[in-house]
Amino acid sequence: MIRILVAKPGLDGHDRGAKVIARGLRDAGFEVIYTGLRQTPEAIVNTAIQEDVDGIGLSILSGAHNTIFPKIVELLKEKNASDIVVFGGGVIPDEDIPALKKAGVAEIFTPGTATSDVVNFVNNNVKARA
Amino acid sequence: MNREKLVEKIIEGDVRAAARLMRIVDDRSQDYAEYMRNIWPHTGKAAIIGITGAPGAGKSTLTDALISSYRKQGMTVGVVAIDPSSPFSGGAILGDRIRMADHAMDQDVFIRSVATRGHLGGMSVSAIDIAAVLDAMGKDIIIVETVGVGQDEVEIASVADCSVVVTVPGLGDDIQAIKAGILEIADIFVVNKADREGADRTARDLQMMLELAPRHGEASWQPPVIKTVAFKNEGIEELRESINSFLATHKGDKKSARLLYAAQGIVKERVFGEYFTNSKLNEAIAAGGHDPYKAVDTLWSNFMKLG
Repeated sequence: MIRILVAKPGLDGHDRGAKVIARGLRDAGFEVIYTGLRQTPEAIVNTAIQEDVDGIGLSILSGAHNTIFPKIVELLKEKNASDIVVFGGGVIPDEDIPALKKAGVAEIFTPGTATSDVVNFVNNNVKARA
Repeated sequence: MNREKLVEKIIEGDVRAAARLMRIVDDRSQDYAEYMRNIWPHTGKAAIIGITGAPGAGKSTLTDALISSYRKQGMTVGVVAIDPSSPFSGGAILGDRIRMADHAMDQDVFIRSVATRGHLGGMSVSAIDIAAVLDAMGKDIIIVETVGVGQDEVEIASVADCSVVVTVPGLGDDIQAIKAGILEIADIFVVNKADREGADRTARDLQMMLELAPRHGEASWQPPVIKTVAFKNEGIEELRESINSFLATHKGDKKSARLLYAAQGIVKERVFGEYFTNSKLNEAIAAGGHDPYKAVDTLWSNFMKLG
């Protein structure tokens, strides 16, 4: 069974987008651990390790993606957990995407992405571990 | 990592090793039973506290407040938080951690979210094994938060050293309070959201139910009814003290019930998973002229020949 952590780092005030994605992943048959708003990168990584997830989906609207996404990838590396696939979505300008991918974020979904695209991505790129 | 090494690391308290075995056990993959065989002898030190009650009663918020309370006492805490799986997709949204976010950075708190994966009874098949892993890794207190339950999901009582049943004002009258089922298993009652109208009435109804008769023959403990407002941290110290005084005389009482429950789970898995699978049953039903009794007789006689 594939387990995905859906997390919202940063100071966003609402999590509608994250909930839509969580629901879409649930309906595709994945177990989604959802942790709510305002998570620090450290808390997200600790949670991912305790929950032994296969992937982390990050949602961010506030514009802090260029610092927060690479930070999470870095922390996972420090904890020897680079096998966890990190992907993200939210209000992210196209010009930021290459640098984020270079930093180790597997995929970025921009506004207007269909839930089925995210599901397809998980099916093709995230493997259950056990 | 080989099996001995993984188990050794878990006993040393290693978070990643424990998280990994929980996955193996939850997925019933590899030779999970062999791992668990090496874990069980290291269990029995922790106190297992069950938190059960209706959806939305505040189980997660109460669990969050209890974690803080135990941490202030210097105790380490493990949590097994169970949420339902979708009967259609098999997926799940495990959201209990939303209420426990304050503990995400505490190395002495290990929270694991678990989906029911089709199991009824308030628990998941793996929940007892996951609690055993937390016990073996040295957690002092293990809180098992059941899925939101109705009237009849009482499995937690076979597993927890102390079962806390959480209710809220306004769910029903005094007849609800004398019905059989979940209300009978409580070692402690909590009326949460006690700042709402009707809390005193709910507490009184439960109290009256308890005064009608001693609980299943035991005179030494009368379950208290404790009013809490979990999100304001009200009543939590009283609850923790009450749990402590129950455990002082009852910890260890559930040891054999817990092992029996674990064994029953293994029997069910083997019998339904290997010999009476849905496809074999469907086949036998079709072959036997749609007579369910005949279908089971056929499979049963095959099963008996195995011995």
